[in-house]
Amino acid sequence: MPAIVSAKDVVKIYDGGFEALKGVSLDIEQGEILALLGPNGAGKTTLISVICGMVNATSGKITVGGHDIVDDFRAARRLIGLVPQEIALEPFEKVINSVRFSRGLFGKPRDDAHIEHILRQLSLWDKKDARVKELSGGMKRRVLIAKALSHEPRVLFLDEPTAGVDVELRKDMWDIVRGLRADGVTIILTTHYIEEAEAIADRVGVINGGEILLVSDKAELMTQMGRKQLRIDLHEPVGKVPEALASYDLEIGPDGRSLIYTYDTKGERTGITALLGDLAAEGLVLKDVSTSQSSLEDIFVGLVEGAA
Amino acid sequence: MNFTAIKAIYVFEMTRFFRTLLQSFVSPVLSTSLYFVVFGTAIGSRINMVEGVSYAAFIVPGLIMLTVMTQSTANASFGIYFPKFIGTVYELLSAPISFLEIVIGYVGAAASKAFLVGLIILGTAHLFVDLTIAHPVAMLAFLVMTCFSFALLGFIIGIWAKNFEQLQLIPLLVITPLVFLGGSFYSVSMLPPVWQTITMFNPVVYLISGFRWAFFGTADVSIGLSLLAIALFTGICIAVIGWIFKTGYRLKS
Repeated sequence: MPAIVSAKDVVKIYDGGFEALKGVSLDIEQGEILALLGPNGAGKTTLISVICGMVNATSGKITVGGHDIVDDFRAARRLIGLVPQEIALEPFEKVINSVRFSRGLFGKPRDDAHIEHILRQLSLWDKKDARVKELSGGMKRRVLIAKALSHEPRVLFLDEPTAGVDVELRKDMWDIVRGLRADGVTIILTTHYIEEAEAIADRVGVINGGEILLVSDKAELMTQMGRKQLRIDLHEPVGKVPEALASYDLEIGPDGRSLIYTYDTKGERTGITALLGDLAAEGLVLKDVSTSQSSLEDIFVGLVEGAA
Repeated sequence: MNFTAIKAIYVFEMTRFFRTLLQSFVSPVLSTSLYFVVFGTAIGSRINMVEGVSYAAFIVPGLIMLTVMTQSTANASFGIYFPKFIGTVYELLSAPISFLEIVIGYVGAAASKAFLVGLIILGTAHLFVDLTIAHPVAMLAFLVMTCFSFALLGFIIGIWAKNFEQLQLIPLLVITPLVFLGGSFYSVSMLPPVWQTITMFNPVVYLISGFRWAFFGTADVSIGLSLLAIALFTGICIAVIGWIFKTGYRLKS
């Protein structure tokens, strides 16, 4: 299946000379949820801004649904919904008018039933006649989402959607995102919360310093995450792994006083009980036992620091 | 052409206008009424006829132009500056609309508001003075052209302005003086010869003169020159907007 969003060698150099994107290439599959992870200033928002039309790329080519975002911007943008990072809303307008306005801007005829559906889904229907300035921060964010969904986009960009959002809205938001995906909508979200990417994404992309460092299936990353290490500190140092324990694939720790056992938490048996039994049988005296997990965060930090 | 989008912008802007009725309607009508009382009735009663009409009637076209020019500039500049200021401009930039459609929506709404205010002031003027309009169609045409050309100017100011101070700068320091010195309250022939010559460099003179011709059939400059002036002014504004469109000046980085 061709990618619904395809970016090739996208470079953005701002007027001041800052190179925000250094040749980004990225294919986003139809119907997937892609999480773009990256620290502040990594280029996440610039990439989204270029795709959505708020920022002109210095060079490179982007298509959305096969339509070039410059030459065929109308067809490309009709497919896109955007929830920006900052809350930006006309404060004196009524919620419902604000949402209707967005639909109109995208050239769609008025459809009160659709608007009502969205507002109900976002628990905004009670507030439809309230002025935007009267709403709480979380409610304003819901209005932003409603505006982005008003014209039935096929690709939805969520730029840091959960920054400063309470648990309830976060949960509602993920329910909506899952519902949209079920309808075949492609979702791209940026975040610097790794748990968020873990919870919802199909694929994870890591961006830093204007470059994509990795795009990977989340399940593959989870396999790495599923691996844990058991560190066994011993009273006496050991020169090598005892013969009787050879089947466990143990490593000697850097200090020579510990054994490191890597195992799969998802496996039916971790082998820990048997290992500990065999250790006792070998006459090794344990001083301490600890476990550690390689998380997506470790992978992420490793990538970002490695690139810096 | 995305007409639905143009309509959406137009309706959104007009809603703002009707939401702020006091500021939009009452304030210009009140200030114009004050001009009528002070200049027209109090001072005007001691001034002779100007070019064959009473002074109170003579200032009506100038007053309408004064309000219409400042209102269309203010409406259009605020209309596009406010989304930039609060950040909602992202939506205009990411929507499947061209810059032309944005301009039509905002300038159309700003011009409509100013046109309405102009008509209301004309109605208010009727309460104070007897008026007969010599060329009603020409009068309306002039009004519409002025509304649009100054709304275009306002739109440019709104795009250019980086803060509220800059937004006010050109209207206060350029437009208001030009309008006041453009013969709103006097005939150019009443000035000393040197000032008559200098005044001829003020583009607003031609607009007010043409508008006054539509009312009374007399003018400071020929109607052809007035039409040329307004066409030239509109042309310059459209050219600047075309340039903004090409470069994305202060809208897109």
